[in-house]
Amino acid sequence: MVGAACALYAARAGLDVIVVDRGPVAGGTTGAGEGNLLVSDKEPGPELDLALLSGRLWTELAEELGELIEYERKGGLVVASTPDGLDALEKLATGQRTAGVDAMRVAAEQLHDLEPHLAPGLAGGVLYPEDAQVMPTLAAAHLVRASGARLLTGATVTEVPRDRAGTVRGVRTDRGDIDAPYVVNAAGTWGRELAALAGASLPVLPRRGFVLVTEPLPRLVRHKVYAADYVADVASDSAALQTSPVVEGTAAGPVLVGASRERVGFDRSLSLPALRALAAGATRLFPFLERVRAMRTYLGFRPYMPDHLPAIGPDLRVPGLFHACGHEGAGIGLSTGTGQLIAQVLTGGTPELALAPFRPDRFPDPEEAV
Amino acid sequence: MSEPTLAVIGAGPAGLAAALAAAARGIHVVLVDSVPAAGGQFYRQPATGLGARRPQALHHQWHTWERLRDGLDGHVRAGRVRHLTDHHVWLVERRGAAGFSVHALLGAEQEEPAEVRADAVLLATGGYEKVLPFPGWTLPGVVTAGGAQAMLKGGLVLPGRTVVVAGTGPLLLPVAAGLATAGATVAALVDSADPTGFVRRSRALAAQPGKVAEGALYAGQLARHRVRTLLHHTVVEAHGTERLEAVTVAALDRDGRVRPDTRRRLDCDTLAVGHGMLPHTDLADALGCRIDGTDVYADDEQRTDVPGVWAAGETTGIGGSALALAEGHIAGRSIAARLAGREPDPRGWAAAARTRKRLRAFFAAVDSVYAPPAHWAEQVTDETVVCRCEEVSAGAVREAVRELGAGDLRTVKLLTRAGMGWCQGRMCGPGVAGVAGCAETAVRRPFARPVPLGVLARAGENESR
Repeated sequence: MVGAACALYAARAGLDVIVVDRGPVAGGTTGAGEGNLLVSDKEPGPELDLALLSGRLWTELAEELGELIEYERKGGLVVASTPDGLDALEKLATGQRTAGVDAMRVAAEQLHDLEPHLAPGLAGGVLYPEDAQVMPTLAAAHLVRASGARLLTGATVTEVPRDRAGTVRGVRTDRGDIDAPYVVNAAGTWGRELAALAGASLPVLPRRGFVLVTEPLPRLVRHKVYAADYVADVASDSAALQTSPVVEGTAAGPVLVGASRERVGFDRSLSLPALRALAAGATRLFPFLERVRAMRTYLGFRPYMPDHLPAIGPDLRVPGLFHACGHEGAGIGLSTGTGQLIAQVLTGGTPELALAPFRPDRFPDPEEAV
Repeated sequence: MSEPTLAVIGAGPAGLAAALAAAARGIHVVLVDSVPAAGGQFYRQPATGLGARRPQALHHQWHTWERLRDGLDGHVRAGRVRHLTDHHVWLVERRGAAGFSVHALLGAEQEEPAEVRADAVLLATGGYEKVLPFPGWTLPGVVTAGGAQAMLKGGLVLPGRTVVVAGTGPLLLPVAAGLATAGATVAALVDSADPTGFVRRSRALAAQPGKVAEGALYAGQLARHRVRTLLHHTVVEAHGTERLEAVTVAALDRDGRVRPDTRRRLDCDTLAVGHGMLPHTDLADALGCRIDGTDVYADDEQRTDVPGVWAAGETTGIGGSALALAEGHIAGRSIAARLAGREPDPRGWAAAARTRKRLRAFFAAVDSVYAPPAHWAEQVTDETVVCRCEEVSAGAVREAVRELGAGDLRTVKLLTRAGMGWCQGRMCGPGVAGVAGCAETAVRRPFARPVPLGVLARAGENESR
């Protein structure tokens, strides 16, 4: 998704773009995501600024491609089960409002006006009308198509050739060489390997997540609804399994249930404990889901960075190399802003957000650190 | 320590043979099956309420079935086998040193959970029918060949009065013969392959006197009922407004393309169509078993590559009931030895191993003959619905490939929703792959069937041995 957005904004800035992927379109984490475009789960800071920029760009794209990519500004509803939890949530919302987020406090007795099937006894919540969703695979495919970029799928980058000065000259793939003065690493969870081919270190790690998909239902869940502890899990550094229920209805009918997080490498085996926890969390929020059937589950690997911020911008160690990866679980949402910033720096312009917090070389080189 | 427990998933020929072989050797067996009576698809029994006087008239190899049935009854009475009927398994979970948990849903409603713990698992989940799309295939009156046979065996009813049996594969002949014998008018048997050449030249067949006799029996039944057999022909389209009224069939040229000048219309109210079988691999896949193409990998002892998990029958490759019996028998003996901590002695199952070798060679030859016509997908018009659950047309699938960069079945699914509905691609997977022009791969379906979230949330809390 990030690659598709980079292609779109770079092409619209006048550059000639080739998108190279070793798989099909959206074959990595994009195809395994829910397509969240969220501001609600972000603490004030550079990531929230990027989310706000991205949200504006998604709104523009929605006018062009909205139906094709199933864009829906459904709004996010974060609920707290205890008064203490609600206080913490309200504190977060206050900071977010200062940053420009629309966050509305919802009293306990109003929750059921917004979500009639929500469990009773919750302390209250905060409504984020800007939270939206797209169907991520459709979004990636249509952004690539709208960009007019040449698409080369099923081609694996095997080398990033550089000249004597160390400047990149393009990529070598198993289906031929591509000459280019700039290479953008949008390989997501596999961004570490691509960076290494160009001689740069980038500490991207996989953080596994499962999603449960139910049978199609009439619209019984209107917003993206999640419990306040989700924000803490997103920001956590723990490798152990964490699950916080995130429940949302979709335009196509099924309800999606996320989100588990665990750092177990690229292990693709099914984890019943993770699925059990997701189902338990979802049925606690929405008791009617008890009897609703999960049709399938899928897993994906979020590109996790040690400080939870993506790498965006030029790599000062390798001239011509740019990074646009490491967005963890927010890559779909943050893709448009990332693409815009990359296009701005590629064309020598001033990026509209400061890139310093996203500098790809902000982590110590593993060799130098020894 | 109690005696070791083997969970056998599926009570068809493979599962029954394995259960009997293991139980006879001191293993406690839990036989888990989704229907009310043992037998699987092959030995499907008429519901007792129907009072069939001669159910054997619908089956060959009735004596084999009687032996399996009586053997099972004996072990059940002696307490060596627990037969859990109406148990729909949605997941087999690996639990390391604790062995395995078999998670099932009970009865027709499939809402209440049941769980079984086991030290070893045999996957004998059989196969299901492959049906490729063509214009009109969603009309009422179009049924699968296997479905027509199941109606006949299990419900003692005919799917219609005037039937065309079409597609390809060794199942079509017994289906057509069964329908004709039971009183239906079989307007034609239409097979896109031409098995006569195979019969003449095949060494594999020469080694199968039983198969020759079986084929001759069906051919005789068809001749007696004056059933036309159209070889190297295909159904081009099914016609009808409310339901099926007729089909257009045509001959195929050497390359497997339709010869337009040979089109003709056959009136019928039922079309029984099938294009072979595919193995059920969902449980194996969720366990992490290696899957080669569409088949679960098994070694000479029928072990998968996951310790403690065996597989036998159609799950490991389509090959019919006699092969399933041989594989099940070998698996049961291997499991009995290994659960007792012994190395099994293959000499004990030498006869079954010979049968297995012979039948695998035979079905490899069968597979090479009974292939759908090479260019079948060209006959599928853009308007034809290929995924019925999500109502996705062939045109939408083609657009995803041509315009949006899909190159594999998974991306086609994500871009079009083809395969995301109730059947989870079991029905439409091969058709969508063919129309998209991509490889037919085993799709990952971690849940072998839909599971209520409430059951999933409490999975593991209802365990029995």
